[in-house]
Amino acid sequence: MERQAAYNYDVVRQFAVMTVVWGIVGMLVGVVIAAQLIWPDLNFGVPWLSYGRLRPLHTNAVIFAFGGSALFATSYYAVQRTCHVRLFGDGLAAFTFWGWQAVIVLAAVTLPLGLTTGKEYAELEWPIDILITLVWVSYAVVFFGTLAKRKVPHIYVANWFFGGFILTVALLHVVNSMEIPAGWFKSYSVYAGVQDAMVQWWYGHNAVGFFLTAGFLGMMYYFVPKQAGRPIYSYRLSIVHFWALIFTYMWAGPHHLHYTALPDWAQSLGMLFSLILLAPSWGGMINGVMTLSGAWHKLRTDPILKFLITALSFYGMSTFEGPMMSIKTVNALSHYTDWTIGHVHSGALGWVAMISIGSLYYLIPRLFGRTEMHSVRLITLHFWVSTIGVVLYIASMWIAGVMQGLMWRAANADGTLTYSFAETVKAMYPYYGIRLLGGVLFFSGMLIMAYNVWKTIAGRKPVDTAIPAVAAAHG
Amino acid sequence: MDILYLLIPLSVVLVFLIGAAFWWALRTGQFDDLDSPAHRILLDEGPPDSGQETKKVGESPLGSHRSD
Repeated sequence: MERQAAYNYDVVRQFAVMTVVWGIVGMLVGVVIAAQLIWPDLNFGVPWLSYGRLRPLHTNAVIFAFGGSALFATSYYAVQRTCHVRLFGDGLAAFTFWGWQAVIVLAAVTLPLGLTTGKEYAELEWPIDILITLVWVSYAVVFFGTLAKRKVPHIYVANWFFGGFILTVALLHVVNSMEIPAGWFKSYSVYAGVQDAMVQWWYGHNAVGFFLTAGFLGMMYYFVPKQAGRPIYSYRLSIVHFWALIFTYMWAGPHHLHYTALPDWAQSLGMLFSLILLAPSWGGMINGVMTLSGAWHKLRTDPILKFLITALSFYGMSTFEGPMMSIKTVNALSHYTDWTIGHVHSGALGWVAMISIGSLYYLIPRLFGRTEMHSVRLITLHFWVSTIGVVLYIASMWIAGVMQGLMWRAANADGTLTYSFAETVKAMYPYYGIRLLGGVLFFSGMLIMAYNVWKTIAGRKPVDTAIPAVAAAHG
Repeated sequence: MDILYLLIPLSVVLVFLIGAAFWWALRTGQFDDLDSPAHRILLDEGPPDSGQETKKVGESPLGSHRSD
């Protein structure tokens, strides 16, 4: 108990720095595959560089390596700071870091080799799945162990979001990854056909809901008030937001399987729950943005707040767009088109990446005994470069997606299709070009961030803040 | 669609677990004070004791001190 006098920032620092590294790697792969869609020859005839193998590498790297590291870093930081207690289990926390990095490296090796289960966002083969389970259980033990020994009786709302995210992702991963090994690098899912598809999208959409939403909302509820220096607009609303979100999220998944072999009532149920989700999502978005109520001028000068508030705006946009796309008549046009890709990136770049970047700009200097980043001007530059990047990305994909949908369904008077598939692909060229430009801009922003982080921490000693003693009175 | 015999009961169990967590939070007074926790995270030195955690089962956890 003698070491309990200071917060455990070691593991926070490790995850924070690796977030930047994996962000660059994951987005670079994204830029490469965006270019491959315009110039297919860019795979140079090398199987490991082919689109089909790099695409899952991109999604795994940005979601689980970049997003996952950001979640580990911020949840470990916020839970300690709000509970006024050192992280439970130093060794176990270190294991979650090294274990998670091992998962990422194994993914980066196996996916280009073509070793995959073929399940979207759950491509990793069974030995890696087991490692993920071990790391995740350790994460839960560290997180809930810290909550259990908290010195502040109230559990701050961010911790509810982080806790909900950790438990649900554990359940999703275990159920969806049930597979029968057939050798070290091959397995078969225990589910088959439409059953497998249902489990897959039950997992897939809840991964979006809990990994990419609940977890990052935890980040939002801690870092937006901290950076703004103001309490969250309505703490009551944040409590309602949490319970409403976790009670209603679980059954939105079938909207990924509209007009498939899935029973019609299950599709409609998925659509209904997706529409219901608009309410808690917007409640949370408004709650976050309104935190600046009465202090809007801070947005003019503080680029970190710009990141956080813009992230919330994109959260609002994509949580409106998502329910709308889940409506079956809209989905009939949008499904399988690039509109979906645009929607995902509105959430992934606009919401997930921007809230993480803003939080990291708050976090990193404090982990190294500084009050702010090396250069605030570079944060502002990063903000504008990445915002323009996201807007180019999603606007081009909206146009491309709607055009694709309309061209695919266009029919001549005699009932034949107006356009061949190749013609619809050809029509995509200019938009794929704009998308690539948007991606390059966002990627460049990450390089600016890496430079700024390097200048901030180079030659600095890691600083572990002492835990304030006042709260001990609660004991 | 045999899979629904797994997924739907799983969701129902989960809803009960979430309900239990909500019940626990309610009974242990997590929602007794919905103003000061928002301010407390901004005070890194730790705020003065709000005293709310002494509330115990049996008291109405909500609404008893709405005007403070």
